[in-house]
Amino acid sequence: MSTLEIDRVRKAYGQLEVLKEVSISIGTGDFLVLLGPSGCGKSTLLNMIAGLETITGGEIRIAGKTVNHLSPKDRDIAMVFQSYALYPTMTVRQNIEFGMKIRRIARADRDKAVKTASDLLQITHLLNRKPSQLSGGQRQRVAMGRAIVREPKLFLFDEPLSNLDAKLRVDMRTEIKRLHARLGTTIVYVTHDQIEAMTLATRVAVMKDGVVQQLGDPQAVYDRPANVYVARFVGSPAMNIVPAVLEVEGTTATAVVDVARRPAARIGGISLSVEGLRRYAGEKVLVGIRPENFSIASAATGPSLTVDFDVVEPTGPDTLAVFQLGGVEVTARLPPRQAHARREAALAVDTTKIVLFDSETETRID
Amino acid sequence: MSASTHMSSRLAGWLPRLVVAPSLLIVIVTVYLFILWTGVISVTSSKFVPTYDFVGLDQYVRLWATPRWHTAVANLFIFSVLFLALSTGLGLLLAILLDQNIRVEGALRAIYLYPMALSFIVTGTAWKWIMNPGLGIQKVVTDLGWTTFRFDWITDPQMAIYTVVVAGVWQSSGFAMAIFLAGLRGIDNSVIKAAQIEGASLPLIYRQIIIPMLRPAMLSVIVLLSYIAIKSFDLVLALTNGGPGTATELPSTFMFSATFRRNQMGVGAASAMMMLMTVAAIIIPYLYSELREQKNG
Amino acid sequence: MAEALSRSGKARLGRMVVYGCLIVVALVYLMPLWVMVVTSLKPLDEIYSGSFIGLPKVLTFDAWRAAWSEACIGTECTGLKPYFVNSLLMVIPAVVLSTGIGAINGYILTKWKFPGANFVFGLLLFGCFLPYQAILIPMARTLGLLGLAGSIPGLVAVHASYGICFTTLFFRNYFVSLPDELTKAAMVDGAGFFRIFWSVILPTSIPIIVVSCIWQFTQIWNDFLFGVSFTSGSNSPITVALNNIVNVTTGRKQYNVDMAAAMIAAIPTLVVYIVAGRYFVRGLTAGAVKG
Ligand SMILES: Nc1ncnc2c1ncn2[C@@H]1O[C@H](COP(=O)(O)OP(=O)(O)OP(=O)(O)O)[C@@H](O)[C@H]1O
Ligand SMILES: [Mg+2]
Repeated sequence: MSTLEIDRVRKAYGQLEVLKEVSISIGTGDFLVLLGPSGCGKSTLLNMIAGLETITGGEIRIAGKTVNHLSPKDRDIAMVFQSYALYPTMTVRQNIEFGMKIRRIARADRDKAVKTASDLLQITHLLNRKPSQLSGGQRQRVAMGRAIVREPKLFLFDEPLSNLDAKLRVDMRTEIKRLHARLGTTIVYVTHDQIEAMTLATRVAVMKDGVVQQLGDPQAVYDRPANVYVARFVGSPAMNIVPAVLEVEGTTATAVVDVARRPAARIGGISLSVEGLRRYAGEKVLVGIRPENFSIASAATGPSLTVDFDVVEPTGPDTLAVFQLGGVEVTARLPPRQAHARREAALAVDTTKIVLFDSETETRID
Repeated sequence: MSASTHMSSRLAGWLPRLVVAPSLLIVIVTVYLFILWTGVISVTSSKFVPTYDFVGLDQYVRLWATPRWHTAVANLFIFSVLFLALSTGLGLLLAILLDQNIRVEGALRAIYLYPMALSFIVTGTAWKWIMNPGLGIQKVVTDLGWTTFRFDWITDPQMAIYTVVVAGVWQSSGFAMAIFLAGLRGIDNSVIKAAQIEGASLPLIYRQIIIPMLRPAMLSVIVLLSYIAIKSFDLVLALTNGGPGTATELPSTFMFSATFRRNQMGVGAASAMMMLMTVAAIIIPYLYSELREQKNG
Repeated sequence: MAEALSRSGKARLGRMVVYGCLIVVALVYLMPLWVMVVTSLKPLDEIYSGSFIGLPKVLTFDAWRAAWSEACIGTECTGLKPYFVNSLLMVIPAVVLSTGIGAINGYILTKWKFPGANFVFGLLLFGCFLPYQAILIPMARTLGLLGLAGSIPGLVAVHASYGICFTTLFFRNYFVSLPDELTKAAMVDGAGFFRIFWSVILPTSIPIIVVSCIWQFTQIWNDFLFGVSFTSGSNSPITVALNNIVNVTTGRKQYNVDMAAAMIAAIPTLVVYIVAGRYFVRGLTAGAVKG
């Protein structure tokens, strides 16, 4: 259990810069999720923390100690890989024991550690099997068992669930969460699945092209995305980003949005800092609205905008309605049976949840 | 402590290079340095032992003025073309036939391929006996009443090179078959089904779709068989010993006898360099394209 | 219905043609082996009386005995026995050496890639396609300088050296498909360079070890060029001795002994082929099918 500081870390393969000055620091017991699309450098960063890749620039500290030049075995870490990387010729028990054997841990202690871990993960009955005789979920557990027995300062997970089917993925997710609660070890977890990030993390780092876009707790990242990229990446369906012109009246702002085949709509009552109000008055901005922040207008909801639904997709718990707003396609998440395709509807917007972005830099306006 | 682990991780960085170095050294010496050495000998007047006096390209001039070398080159040409065409054709045919859900495929494949496990010396010995005009095939057929039948190529200077072709094809066409079969098995079945649904007949599907898709396998077969053809040495030696006369001389046998039998080491080295250049001209582009494809794929 | 019937009749005819072709070719391919075996089991008189393809009327193993322990190679009439032993003494260390070195090379070139690793691989790869005539003279000189000329250890060194190129290719192409995460996991577990090779990589590579051993065994056992160039007399491998027996020109040609000798030289590789043909084919196609 320990802290982890990633201090202006860079990585380059020859001319190709894969990570550009990445800085992240987390405290003891934190669950950090590195979230980003394929190829953004998540695995590279994780491998650098593990000592499997050299560090081009900057510093990585585990428990306050610089580890840049330590080999993986001296960093006191354990790692779970996407393909599990179980040693195919060894039994489950041998797989779990391998690291301890190398560290010359006494037989009795090894047996005890294997027993504790396998009880915890419910794989005791599998100990004498080979990896090829296990199901995906069982392999996943063994890989975690191999990491747990080491009692490391830091757990590293590289997309550990992406090879599992949807159902199992949800189960294992819960199990990892439970494990974290029980062991309290600091974890760094790589994924490109934003739901995994939301459910597991205490801290999320959203990455793109080797740059951390936002670092924060999951709810903050969801509610106040730092830029349009993060807004679109986190949440499903993605946040709607609608071009608009900002009108300022007193301490609130109103976004004026084009509506197809109708007069322009006004979404008012958006609160903004004084600085923001002054700077963006009369300017073009991007308005971020989460699908669930739309609702069917009623007497209680206040002002509404009238739109025509193009497509309506029931998902069970609710219905997704798609329509044109500000020249882009927008999705609203509505209660079931309340939306109908090719019908006109009056929608209300929860303006307290609206986020505004600069139309040039695409960063959030506060 | 930190300093010592630092050192050990530095050493760990060098260890792989250190371990691979001896192999690299061996190959650099025994392949590249030796090639260079042969090249040097080919521009000296070496006869029985190497002498290091530079004589320019004299040995190459002598080589190309030697009728025996001309025979060897002409023979290599005839042999390569026929050997390649027949082995490839037969290999492709067998592979396609074997790919028709044949029940005893495993056994048949084993039969077509077993010659590849034999030494060329054994192959040569066997075929020499089979083509023996007095007691071999010719005798069998004449005994059957076909009294005018002649199969005496092995003693006929005009025809002897074709006996080498026959034995070579027997030995190597199974190899071509194996590569083609692997290629055929790699082709996605749905392509064939799609064509069948469009009403294409089986021969048409093979001609228009499957054989074009075997291009990579074809390239491999041609390159590897050319390499076998150019270095064929044991087969000729065992089958005809270069004869009758010099009728079946190949560059490989020429090089050997010039160097070790006729004390013309300079000429031998020059002929070896000619062989090397031929092989390199075929192999290097092939390796280059294979490795580049690997990088992209 | 009628059309379907006639079509299935046509299909059946087609299949008969396919089977017919395959079987005829198979018989042609088997013929030389058949001729070798039956000839080696016939007395010489029967052969000269014109029996070529038929079964022996009188079954005799005299030719085999002669080929094994009596036939004259040069001036020595020892049969093939000592040369068979020579080939064994040559082939076993050469196979073990080249396979072991190739395995560790393949491991390095895939799991411990260093700058220039691909270039090193390219250098080794060309060695697979080297026409050996191009190195024959320098190798003969070098063996002489090292005092290995004409000896079995000399041949072992030559075969092992050039074998490295092939074995490295085999192992490299095999290890490329092993996930890198396996070595990474072992590194995190604290294993070092040799430990990972020995405990993690090598146990997974039994199939390619078999391929490499079989390929090297076949190549080295069947080699003639190096044998005839670098050895002479009683140090020759079996292929050279066989060629000497067959090319004896004095007296009445003993075709049955020739065939028995050829069979003796062929049996080890044939046995390997029959027992482990699958692996043999993999070695054969490794040069063509990239990893
Ligand atoms: N050895 C290497 N040489 C050159 N470029 C590399 C190397 N390894 C990775 N890269 C590049 O670095 C970038 C980041 O790779 P990385 O594996 O970290 O991505 P990732 O975020 O983990 O993606 P994924 O979700 O697909 O696993 C990619 O663009 C990749 O092409
Ligand atoms: Mg990754």
